[in-house]
Amino acid sequence: MEKQEKLQREQQINENLRRVYQQVVEEEVPDRFKELLDKLKAQENSQ
Amino acid sequence: MSQPDGTAQDPRDEIVEHLRPMRAFAMSLTRNSSAADDLVQDAIMKAWQNIEKFEPGTNMRAWLFTILRNTFYSNRRKAKREVADVDGAMAATLSEKPAHDGRLAFKDFEKAFAQLPDEQREALILVGATGFTYEEAAVTCGVAIGTIKSRVNRGRKHLCEMLDLGEDETMDMTDRATMAVVFEMTPPQKYCS
Repeated sequence: MEKQEKLQREQQINENLRRVYQQVVEEEVPDRFKELLDKLKAQENSQ
Repeated sequence: MSQPDGTAQDPRDEIVEHLRPMRAFAMSLTRNSSAADDLVQDAIMKAWQNIEKFEPGTNMRAWLFTILRNTFYSNRRKAKREVADVDGAMAATLSEKPAHDGRLAFKDFEKAFAQLPDEQREALILVGATGFTYEEAAVTCGVAIGTIKSRVNRGRKHLCEMLDLGEDETMDMTDRATMAVVFEMTPPQKYCS
C-alpha cells in the first residue's frame, strides 16, 4: 500500500515534469534561431 | 564529404530539428525565457563550430544538450551572485500549502521545481520529461548512471518535501480527485519533436 502511494507520487511528479517541459516544446521557435543557422551556413559557403 | 549523388552530408543540417527540445531544456536550466534563448543561441554557435567532435550516428540531441548544459554552467560560474538573488526571490513566492484536493497545483509545482539544485532539476527533466534513458542522461551530464539515479531520487524527495507530500503526509492519495488527475494528465507518449 505504501509502495503504491510512493508510485503514485512519482507518477504525479513525472506528469508535472512533462508538463513543464512540454509547455516550451510546444512553443513556436523564434525566427532568430533559424536565421542564425542560415547565417552560419551562408558564412561557411562563402569561405 | 560528398554523397554519390553530389549532395553534401552535413550533420549540422540536423540541428534545426532539435531547437524545440533545446529551448525546453534551456528553460528548465535557466527558468527565464530570455536567458534560455540566449543559452540556446550560444549552444548553437558552439555546436556549429565544434561539429567535428560529433560522431555521426550517435545521439545528436544528447550531444546538443551536453553543449547546452556546459555552456549554462560556465556562464553561471561567471554570474553566481545574480543567480543566488533569483533563487531568493523564488523562495519568497512559494505558497505554503498545496491544494488539498490531493493534486499538485501546477503553479506550486513549477515554483518548487525552480528551487531545486540545478543538478537535480536537470536530472529530473532529462529522465522524467525528455524521454532520455538514465544512460543518455548520464552521458549528457558527464556522470555515472548511479549519480543520475541518486540525483533523480533526491530531487523527487526534495519536491515532495516542498510540496508537503512527505512520507508522513496523511493525504489520501487514492481519493477520486487524485486518481482522476493522475490518469487524466497522462498524455499519449509523445516525445519531443
